[in-house]
Amino acid sequence: MADATIDTAGLPQGKARSLWADARRRFLRNRAAMASAVVLVLVLLFAAFGQYLNQWSNEEIDWEMLGMIPEIGGPSLSNGHYFGVDETGRDLFQRTVQGTRISLAVGIVGALIAVLVGTAYGAVAGYVGGRTDNVMMRFVDLMMSIPYMFVLILLLVIFSRSIVMLFVGIGLISWLDMARIARGQTLSIKNADYVEAARAIGVSGGTIIRRHIVPNLLGVIIVYATLLVPQMIIFESFISFLGLGVQEPSTSWGALINQGAANMRNGTPWMLGFPLFFFVVTLFALFFLGDGLRDALDPKDR
Amino acid sequence: MTSYILRRLLVAVPTLLALIVLSFLLMEFAPGSPFATERGIPEAVMANLEREYGLDRPLWERMATYVWGVVTQFDFGPSFTFPDRSVNDIIAQGFPVTLTYGFWSFVVAVVVGVTLGAVAAIKHNSALDYAAVGVTVGAQVLPNFVMAPILVLIFTLWLGWLPGGGWRGGQVEYVVLPVIALSTSYMASIARITRSSMLDVLNAGFVRTARAKGLPAHRVILRHALKPALLPVVSYLGPAFVGMITGSVVIDVFFSTGGIGQFFVNAALARDYSVILGITILFGALTIFFNLLVDVAYAWIDPKIRY
Repeated sequence: MADATIDTAGLPQGKARSLWADARRRFLRNRAAMASAVVLVLVLLFAAFGQYLNQWSNEEIDWEMLGMIPEIGGPSLSNGHYFGVDETGRDLFQRTVQGTRISLAVGIVGALIAVLVGTAYGAVAGYVGGRTDNVMMRFVDLMMSIPYMFVLILLLVIFSRSIVMLFVGIGLISWLDMARIARGQTLSIKNADYVEAARAIGVSGGTIIRRHIVPNLLGVIIVYATLLVPQMIIFESFISFLGLGVQEPSTSWGALINQGAANMRNGTPWMLGFPLFFFVVTLFALFFLGDGLRDALDPKDR
Repeated sequence: MTSYILRRLLVAVPTLLALIVLSFLLMEFAPGSPFATERGIPEAVMANLEREYGLDRPLWERMATYVWGVVTQFDFGPSFTFPDRSVNDIIAQGFPVTLTYGFWSFVVAVVVGVTLGAVAAIKHNSALDYAAVGVTVGAQVLPNFVMAPILVLIFTLWLGWLPGGGWRGGQVEYVVLPVIALSTSYMASIARITRSSMLDVLNAGFVRTARAKGLPAHRVILRHALKPALLPVVSYLGPAFVGMITGSVVIDVFFSTGGIGQFFVNAALARDYSVILGITILFGALTIFFNLLVDVAYAWIDPKIRY
């Protein structure tokens, strides 16, 4: 039966491509997403090493500027204040570096909490199903119908305004959407043949969720997590804009934009411009990155 | 339909009660007394103050009184920092302002958003479509607290066309910038959702049938395509409403409108618990009520939903 072997001569040679390699190829070919990735790397580098780029610190006051900030406090390469100084004579470049760090940290931590809690919650609810599912998702609905921003501000007022409280508050609500998405995906995965096969040979529910459900959720989760980061950043900036988030001398993009807005009538437009630029550019990049990842990882959309 | 509404009410009412009780308990955990000053208050005075505000009674009794007062008479009690004003006075003063520009923001977001999205979908891949997509993508990164300073910078400081704050009883020029600042990002989201669902619907079989039987284009779109295309928009209205209520705080503070958000932030900074609590409950009730409306509207529009 020699002629039963498949003739491979006419087929393209090379290794079989995995799902992930395929996704990577698609992502690398997406120009907007690649440009966004480059921008994000630059912003990360700025946050990590910006501290060493000039001789000022974020708390030090440049006394020579005081009283004449609208006239001589603007951006300048010669005196090292690349972004100018703020209304109290502090170096805006270093303030922006610090604000970038805190805003990015909030975004990433918020998204991480959402990924961990939301995925576990949604996968369990979807896999177990029935009444458990009903109760668990009703609870999510209930949480979502509460105006969380007000409750969070209530929390911040009661337990003192601190960055830790802010993380807790953001963590409390960030996972809700993720739980819904994970549950929806789990519902479609759990009827797949390989899950049934696993159940048939007696694999326990917990192991099935860990070994079979969660890995197959990963694509959706990665996409949604990238889109959550900008949401968390907006969320934190909102609270800091109101003066209820991070407290001086710490700062974030929201707090910097607020100060810039409060001082824009005093002839210091750079105080608004630079933080706004970083905020807008980073958010843009994150949204495009998320879109690119969705195109690369979600096979349904093509 | 009636039973569906009743069932939704059965969920909404306990949610609201839970919110009231939870917020009240949170306030109980707050350290310190609302009357404490840096110089200290004589014990007898403190005792009198606490009796006056009913703080000497046990927790459950105060909570029952509070919840009962809120539910039966919409009475949120006195403000702790302004002895001569009740929380109701503050709400009565600030809420009409917030409601006015909030209402217009909502209308603008929905009308402009739906129109933009629908037109973009109908003229798919035209210059107009690309412009609409560009606007919606750009507006995504412009939340209200970013839009507000940019608008004031351009229209007040550079062009001098519109006032950058104040209210003056709601004269048109004082309402324009708050409405634009609050509605932009939601308008963009609504436009994006409308566009993508409209594209799906326009490719559906029943639209092709309607076209094939010779209906004019505007009838196909208005009578057949628009209604199913709006379903995702309707379900987005709930989150949009929450976002706008939340965003109104920024608008009130930034434009000094004298709206309710200004009182809220001042109360948050001054630890005036009863005002924070009252406003949180008011906005919570509004949110829950609006979500109920959205659910009912959705069930009414979508023939596939069984209730």
